[in-house]
Amino acid sequence: MKNIIRINTPLTDKVCDELNAGDMVLLSGEVLTGRDVAHRKLFEAILRGDKLPINLEGETIFYAAPTPPRPGRFIGSVGPTTSYRMDKYSPKLMEMGLKGMIGKGKRSPEVIDAIKRFKVVYFGAIGGVAALTARYVKKSVVAAYDDLGPEAMLRLEVLDFPLVVLNDTKGRDLYEDAAKKYMINLSE
Amino acid sequence: MKAVREISCETIIETIRKLFMEANIDLGEDVLSVLGESVKSEDSELGQYVLERIVENARIAKEESVPLCQDTGLAVVFIELGQDVHVIGGNFCDAVHEGVRKAYSDGFLRKSVCDPLSRENTGDNTPAIVHIEVVEGDRIKITAMPKGGGSENMSSCAMLVPSAGLEGIKKYIIESVEKAGPNPCPPTIIGVGIGGSIEQSSILAKKALLRPLGEKNRSDSRLSKLEEEILEEVNRLGIGPQGYGGRITSLAVHIEMMPCHIASLPVAVNLQCHVARHKEAII
Repeated sequence: MKNIIRINTPLTDKVCDELNAGDMVLLSGEVLTGRDVAHRKLFEAILRGDKLPINLEGETIFYAAPTPPRPGRFIGSVGPTTSYRMDKYSPKLMEMGLKGMIGKGKRSPEVIDAIKRFKVVYFGAIGGVAALTARYVKKSVVAAYDDLGPEAMLRLEVLDFPLVVLNDTKGRDLYEDAAKKYMINLSE
Repeated sequence: MKAVREISCETIIETIRKLFMEANIDLGEDVLSVLGESVKSEDSELGQYVLERIVENARIAKEESVPLCQDTGLAVVFIELGQDVHVIGGNFCDAVHEGVRKAYSDGFLRKSVCDPLSRENTGDNTPAIVHIEVVEGDRIKITAMPKGGGSENMSSCAMLVPSAGLEGIKKYIIESVEKAGPNPCPPTIIGVGIGGSIEQSSILAKKALLRPLGEKNRSDSRLSKLEEEILEEVNRLGIGPQGYGGRITSLAVHIEMMPCHIASLPVAVNLQCHVARHKEAII
């Protein structure tokens, strides 16, 4: 396996620039969770010019909505949801200072372009391993939109959360590169 | 005349409650065994890493009694209702939804059902999707299938022209998997329904996902051959575990078929992520 790079939030231009699609990282620090409805609400608030419930400057959003914690625990199972549903909103959020996104699945050309423009990194977390992923979460508090229930935005503190760089600031895309590398031509 | 057997709504509620809680925590042995084997066939190091984490996650979920995935699904329920059963103590369908409601509350499962337009959460993961079939006998077979949204979103149905034939069917399935890429959380299981009508092909595709993993279609050798061929081709696409590149894009292809209209050739592809959850009980 490749070298594993340890990084911390808040992410900076320098850290983002040094990461390349395909890199394995261990991420530590605070991240926000947010998915469909929270994104729509943030986006609409930005368009209206309203003050946002959270400052996006330097933030990393993990597209996730955990299960309710069992008694005696502070977090349930947690993992990434498919990112493309946030594509409509993500460029605007990056414009507002968002530096990292954690999810799974392909992004739109508009998002990939904004990733380059705003020096942002899109990370992949493994989907469907939420019992394991919860172990990297050390703390969880509600950050915004508590009324959304399962879709509320949380502030999580993570430690050594294993991620793969999917899209980097140079415009590279792990999904494109990897599939090409492993594709077996049917005519062969 | 054969006597009817009484089954109370209370029993139905409790059975469904238990099945959904269990399904969300305990990955079937069939899935675990296929996943375990798949690690050996994966060339990509990153792909192997992903497959190993998936197996590790299943162990943790079971040990700690926590959900395998944060998406604890839309509650899909398949019922085989014996015609000699008399349901007592309430309304049968209400009991099914109540069982789901209790499972998602008592099991600390995520409530993932909302109004399609306002997107407001219904708060209790109901309504469930209920498929009822009346069969012989005096028992009820209940299958609980929590279905994740990520893989469901990558599923589709096509009304092909009959002249498309076997080749057309194959092409449609492989293109669906290629188009889905990393989104449905590969390695996936490909459920396929051929024939029937637009809705019946989709139900067949979903039912196909309930077959024990690794088991071929036993009723039609044309289908078992097609399953094998499609799996081989899909695993040459290079998508790999989580789409990070590799051999293991899918774990299996399960196809079910029934006759259709002389003008039609419906084909439905229901993708299932690697967290292939379903539990059955007979009461």
